[in-house]
Amino acid sequence: MTAESHQEPTDKKTERRSFLTGALAMLCGGLATVPPLGAALWAFLDPLRRSSGAATFLPLTDLTNIPADGQPRQFPVIADRIDAWTGFKAEPIGAVYVKREEGSDRVEALSATCPHAGCFVELDKAAGCFRCPCHNSSFTLDGGIVAPSPSPRSMDSLECEVNKSGAVSVKWQNFYSGTEEKVARE
Amino acid sequence: MTEPQNPDASADAPVSASTRGLGDWLDSRTGYRALIQSALYERVPGGARWRYVWGSTLVFAFMTQVITGLVLWASYSASAQTAWESVYFIQYEMTGGWLLRGIHHVMAQAMIVLLALHVMQVVIDGAYRAPREVNFWLGLVLMTLVLGMALTGYLLPWDQKGYWATRVATNLAGLVPFIGPSIQQLVVGGPDYGHHTLTRFFALHAGFLPATLVLFLVLHLSLFRKHGLHAKQPITRPDAMFWPDQVLKDAVAMLAVMAVVLGVILLPALRAILAGEPIVSGHLGAELGAPADPSEPYAAARPEWYFLFLFQFLKVFEGWGATGEFLGAIVVPGATLGVMFLMPILGQWKLGHRFNVLFTIAILAGAGLLTAMAVHEDYYALWADRSAFADVEKVLDSTGGDSEKIAAALGHDEKKIADFENRRHKLEAIRRSEAFLSAVKQAGIDADRAIELAGRPEKIPPTGALSLVRSDPLTQGPRLFAQHCASCHAHVDPSVEGAEQVFAKSSAANLFEFGGESWVRGLLDPKQVAGAAYFGNTAHSEGDMVSFVTDDFTDEDVWNRSDKEAVVFALVAEAGLLTGAENKKAIKRGQELIADTDRCGSCHPYGENETERGYAPDLNGWGSTEWLVGIITDPTHQRFYPDTNDRMPRFGVASEGGLPALTSEQIELISRWLRGSWYRPAVNKKAEPASVRH
Ligand code: FES
Repeated sequence: MTAESHQEPTDKKTERRSFLTGALAMLCGGLATVPPLGAALWAFLDPLRRSSGAATFLPLTDLTNIPADGQPRQFPVIADRIDAWTGFKAEPIGAVYVKREEGSDRVEALSATCPHAGCFVELDKAAGCFRCPCHNSSFTLDGGIVAPSPSPRSMDSLECEVNKSGAVSVKWQNFYSGTEEKVARE
Repeated sequence: MTEPQNPDASADAPVSASTRGLGDWLDSRTGYRALIQSALYERVPGGARWRYVWGSTLVFAFMTQVITGLVLWASYSASAQTAWESVYFIQYEMTGGWLLRGIHHVMAQAMIVLLALHVMQVVIDGAYRAPREVNFWLGLVLMTLVLGMALTGYLLPWDQKGYWATRVATNLAGLVPFIGPSIQQLVVGGPDYGHHTLTRFFALHAGFLPATLVLFLVLHLSLFRKHGLHAKQPITRPDAMFWPDQVLKDAVAMLAVMAVVLGVILLPALRAILAGEPIVSGHLGAELGAPADPSEPYAAARPEWYFLFLFQFLKVFEGWGATGEFLGAIVVPGATLGVMFLMPILGQWKLGHRFNVLFTIAILAGAGLLTAMAVHEDYYALWADRSAFADVEKVLDSTGGDSEKIAAALGHDEKKIADFENRRHKLEAIRRSEAFLSAVKQAGIDADRAIELAGRPEKIPPTGALSLVRSDPLTQGPRLFAQHCASCHAHVDPSVEGAEQVFAKSSAANLFEFGGESWVRGLLDPKQVAGAAYFGNTAHSEGDMVSFVTDDFTDEDVWNRSDKEAVVFALVAEAGLLTGAENKKAIKRGQELIADTDRCGSCHPYGENETERGYAPDLNGWGSTEWLVGIITDPTHQRFYPDTNDRMPRFGVASEGGLPALTSEQIELISRWLRGSWYRPAVNKKAEPASVRH
């Protein structure tokens, strides 16, 4: 060991010196970690910037394919889809139930996504109602909630359009689940 | 450093090493002896006990997960087109992959059980009290981390069950006030489930959560050492050292845990051996469902069993609206954890400790009860007797479920109505359970098929296993048929019981093995052609074909036996469904007879005959995939029934700007399925000579 001679500084001086050293150390160290932490957080929050885009009307089917007896029928919603780096052409992205009353051209569409927590609602033909296989929420054929059900609201209706030649399109949207109000996701 | 270090000591080292051994040298450089000493020679007040083993088994379980997890990681690929595929490869093709994944999967469940035991032991023994409060909190953090790893791990195979369970879990996370939707979007990795859901869940599961867990585990263990083991009071036996008594007990417990895990994995193999069936190693250990498909309903969606109580808990709040869901998914579970965090403080008082113990027992009992309820609801139909509710079903059928009519049917008797409602609920429970059970069965069939397809010699295309499943006639055919065709057509083997009733209800021909020999024989059978399985319930029930079969075809002077046979085989040949054993000459003869304008050819265009199209279906390529695609696309086409089509929709024709009822791919899938033309693995080829048909 090499002995080093040094002066004995006053207590106050040491204190101030070590405080400054400490503060400087913290500052340097802190600054050094800002870029990695900042970059990490910045990139981590990226999904918040992403949206599914504005809801558009998607062609669904022809009027003739919807039985005119008030019985809902399930149709897949087909659209191009982008999943991060993969682009899909004409993929089923969801499903709707569509029905038409007897003798009418008015078409009603319900999203098959359960407003409770997002399971796939099924049509129970025998019981004449919709039923969610997850927590047993039940809905009438009009989508109205059958009490008591865990779902906070009725099934989500979707806007429909029928053009002159009978082509049916639907405005496909996802909604927040678990709320009494139907709020569209962006 | 305990020893003063002399810089010259290294010069002595070789000499010392030769005399005092390598161990001493290493110790002088590392101090490992002191480390081992302090690790092993911890005093255990009152001696070793079995009740102290839970913590050690948990560490062991975690180490098992790290070891198996790292190697799984080495073979796993997190993306929507590769996650299922790589897990399939691990499970079915990699040497020992099934065992590796099985251990990881079953040990994860064992860990949950051990966790519950550990918490229970700590609370009951009051081991959380001063000065060990902080360590209890650290333990709770560890517990949450383990549950988080269980939750994130469930998604990684990207199969139907993981996908749908995760959808529910992440939707529930969205219920947290204010930040819920953002949390959801962050874990899902965007507005929709996909690649980034997997990459994020994987990063959580294999990186962030275990790294945090290790950190907390180090703190937990060092605090445990600092305060020493909390001994069970009163101490009646002499103290002992951790090594070797407690270590032995710990090691035995670890071995037992491992034995149980292996037992769970290998039990099906034992069963197969006893039943004399072959063992498929890929079927052992962890399951793999069909690949995740957002557009394919999955009615068997359930979380892993240890989360079943939370799942069931959501049903408790039926009719409470959004508040109920918020309570069930966020408030109650959060409050429970909150109370657990307060336990060390409450435990300062005797009453508080009693409360803690009761609370823990109540939570575990409640969770157990909810789990039992969930299982009971799902499997109710297995033991409930549906036939006992036949009268209820009858009333419901006749009244259409209308409450007014039901009341009238029961003579407006209050008591009877109440009783009826009661039994109606039971019946509904049975039906729900039946639906669940059949969904589970279907999920199994779909999973097996997906795995069979993935195992083809051509392997999985770059578009992933989902594209295989979506283009598989065997998977899609029955679904499409049920949705689009079954309202008119039956698809039932005529030889099974109850087939006649099904035919009676249908309004078009039975398409079971359409185009095959027995179908054609039935068509040309005077007793069957006007029956419900053929033209009986259609507009053609009194048409020319029926009268031809019942009158002309039975005239033995015109149609001798061998000619009739020849026509049968010629038609089957058109469909391309011959089994290969048929007489070529007879087929040729049949083709001549069909083309003959005095016989079939008088109505049907076929071969060289010049019969005009439009009166009866063209028999060229009758029953082939191409022919079926044609008639499903547009039955009113000149080739089929331009004037006499009976209610069959034009499935492939759309109006301007619209979509047809079925895409051309879907029509092809139905056609192939009807003809039994789908991939079959080579092993079955011998049993079924007609394998892949065109
Ligand atoms: S998700 Fe439909 S009832 Fe819960």
